[in-house]
Amino acid sequence: MAINWFKYSAPSTFYGLAGKMIPWFAIPSVVLFAVGLYIGFFVAPVDAVQGEAYRIIFIHVPASILSMFLYLVMAGYAALGLIFNTRLSSMMATALAPTGAMFAFISLWTGALWGKPMWGAWWVWDARLTSELILLFLYFGFIALHASIDDPRRADRAAALLAIVGSVNVPIIYFSVKWWNTLHQGSTIKFTGTSMHVAMQEAMFITLLACWFYAVAMALIRVRSIILERERNNLWVSELKEVNS
Amino acid sequence: MNQLSIFKLLNLVIRRDLLLAMRRRADVLTILVFFVLVVSLFPLGVGPEMDMLRKMAAGVLWVAALLASMLSLGRLFSADYLDGTLEQMMLAPQSLSVLVLGKMIAHWFVSGLPLVLMAPVLGLQFDMSVPALLVLMLSLLLGTPILSMLGAIGAALTLGLRGGGVLLSLLVLPLCIPVLIFGSGAVEAVTSGLSVVSNLSLIGALFVLCLVFTPWVTAQALRISME
Amino acid sequence: MLEVSNLACSRGDHRLFSGLNLALLPGQIMQVQGENGKGKTSLLRTLCGFLLPDEGKITWCGEDVRELRENYFANLLYLGHHNAIKDELSALENLQISSGLSGITLDEKSAVSALRRMGLKGRERLPTKVLSQGQRRRVALARLLVGDAKLWVLDEPLTALDVGAVALIRELMAEHLAKQGMVIYTTHQPLVIEGVEMRRLSLS
Repeated sequence: MAINWFKYSAPSTFYGLAGKMIPWFAIPSVVLFAVGLYIGFFVAPVDAVQGEAYRIIFIHVPASILSMFLYLVMAGYAALGLIFNTRLSSMMATALAPTGAMFAFISLWTGALWGKPMWGAWWVWDARLTSELILLFLYFGFIALHASIDDPRRADRAAALLAIVGSVNVPIIYFSVKWWNTLHQGSTIKFTGTSMHVAMQEAMFITLLACWFYAVAMALIRVRSIILERERNNLWVSELKEVNS
Repeated sequence: MNQLSIFKLLNLVIRRDLLLAMRRRADVLTILVFFVLVVSLFPLGVGPEMDMLRKMAAGVLWVAALLASMLSLGRLFSADYLDGTLEQMMLAPQSLSVLVLGKMIAHWFVSGLPLVLMAPVLGLQFDMSVPALLVLMLSLLLGTPILSMLGAIGAALTLGLRGGGVLLSLLVLPLCIPVLIFGSGAVEAVTSGLSVVSNLSLIGALFVLCLVFTPWVTAQALRISME
Repeated sequence: MLEVSNLACSRGDHRLFSGLNLALLPGQIMQVQGENGKGKTSLLRTLCGFLLPDEGKITWCGEDVRELRENYFANLLYLGHHNAIKDELSALENLQISSGLSGITLDEKSAVSALRRMGLKGRERLPTKVLSQGQRRRVALARLLVGDAKLWVLDEPLTALDVGAVALIRELMAEHLAKQGMVIYTTHQPLVIEGVEMRRLSLS
C-alpha cells in the first residue's frame, strides 16, 4: 500500500485534511470528558484519606501529563522542522505551544486547589508543582521568542533550537528540583498492583484520553489558521470558499 | 584543522574581547556594582536578624550572581552584530563553535570571575562561616561559567530583537535553575555539616555537559539569527 | 570556480529573485546591478552562506559551499555595509585582529605598510573612533591587501571614499584580477578597470 505521506506535508493539502480530521478528535473529546467526569464525580468512591477533595485529580493528573508530553511532542516537531526544513512541522510546533502552556497552567491551578485542603496552603514548594511552574516558563519562553521575531522562518528555527535545548533541560530540571525537595506524596498511578479503586483508574484514563483528543483538535484548528496566515499570498488560499465568502 | 590553530584562534578571540573590555571598563564595574547592590538590598528588605541572614546568604548571593550575569549577556554578541564583526567571524575558516567558546571564556573573565572574587566579601555581610565562604566561592567558580555558556545561547537567539534583554532573561533563567539549586545547596550542605561532594560534582557534571554542547548550539543559534 | 544555478531568494513573503544563474572564473569581475531593494545585498549574503536560498545551489570548484563551509570561507573575503571595525581599537589592532580571524598572522610591519598604502599614514595607532567615515572605510578595505583570498565579495566598497581612494580600489582590483582572483561587487558609482572586461548582472 503506497500512501504518499509527503503529499500531506505540504501546507496546502494538509489544510484540507486537517479540516476533515477536526471533528474526529473534537467530538470524542467532548464525549470522553462527559463520561470521564461522570465516573469521576458520581461513580468513584470517596477516598478514605483525602475525602471528596481528591476528585480534582481527574483533571489535575491528565493536565500535568499532557503538559509535559506536549512539550516533548512540540520539541520533536520543532526539531523535524529545523533539520528537514519542513514548514508544516514548525507550524505544528507553534500550534501546540499554547495548548501545552494551558495544560501547564491548569495543572498549577488545580494543584493549588488540591493543596489548600490537603496541605493547608495554596502553594507548596514541592518538586512536581515547582517543575510544572518551570515548564510553564519554558512554554512562555518559546511563545515569546517566536512572537518577537518578525521573519517567520527565523522565528521557527530560533524557537525550535530553544525547544530542543529546553527538552534536554527538562529532565535535569526535574531531577534537580526533586533533589531540592521531595515533599510530594509518591506516584498515585501504579501499574503493578492497585492502590486505587477501579472506577478511579477508569475515570482518570478516560479524562486523559479526552485531554489528548482535545489537544489534537486544538492543534489542528490552530495550525489551519497559521497555514492561512503564512500562505495568504498564495493562489490556493485566495481560491478557498471560506476566504472568499 | 590542526590543534595548534584551534588554540591560536581561542587565544586571539579571548585576547580581543578582554582588550575591548579593558577599553570599556565602566561596563565591567557596572555589573559588579549591581551585584553588590542587589545583595545589600536583602537585609534591608527582610530585617537584620543574623540567624535568618546566615540561612539566606547562599541563596541570596547565588540569585544575585544569576541576575548580574543576565545583565551582561545582552552585550555578548550584540556589539559585534551591530558593527559587522560577527559576519566576519562566521566567515572565519575555522569552526564557529571554537570562536564562540572563546567569546564565552572572555565573557566569564569579565562578568563571572569578578563576582566569584567579590562573593566572600559580601558573604561576610551575612556572617557566613569560613568553610561556607570557601564552598560558596568554589560553587560560584564552577557555576558562573555555566551561566555564561547557557546565557550565550539565549544571547544568540535574541540577537537584534526588540526588547531582547527581558526576553533573554525569560529564556535563560529557567535553564539556570539546576545550577542555582546545586550551587546554593552545596553551601547549605556545608553549614549543616553534610558532605558537599555530591552537590559540587553535580555542578561539575553540568559544567562538562555545557562545555561540550553549548558552543555548538550557540553557533547554530548565531547562524539562524544572522539570516 | 564559483557557480550559481537556479538560485531563488526571498525576504519574508517577498520574492527577490528566482532562477538566477551565474558563473565566475579566475580573472573575472562581475558587477551586480539593480535598484534599491532588488536583492543585491541579499545575493551577496547568500553567496557568503549567511542566507539560506529558497532554491538553487552555489558551488565552489564543483562542490556545494554548504558542505565545504570552512574550506570555502578560507577562499572568501567579504566586505559588507558595516566596516566590522571596533571604535575602541586602533586601526592597526583592527587590521591585525580581523586578519587573525581569517587565519592570517600579520606582523606589525606588514600591517603598518598595508595601512600606509591605504593612505592612513600617521593614523595607524589612533583609536578608530577619531577617524572620519571615509578613513574607517579605508581601514576596513586594508583587508584586501593582506589576505590571499581568491574570491572577493564586496558590497558597496566605494561608499564614503574620495576620488583618490576610488582610484586605489580600482588599482587593487586590477592587481587581484591579474593574480587570477575573482571579484563580485555592487556599486552605484561608475567603475572602469583598464583592460578588463566588466561583466554585469542585473537584478530586476
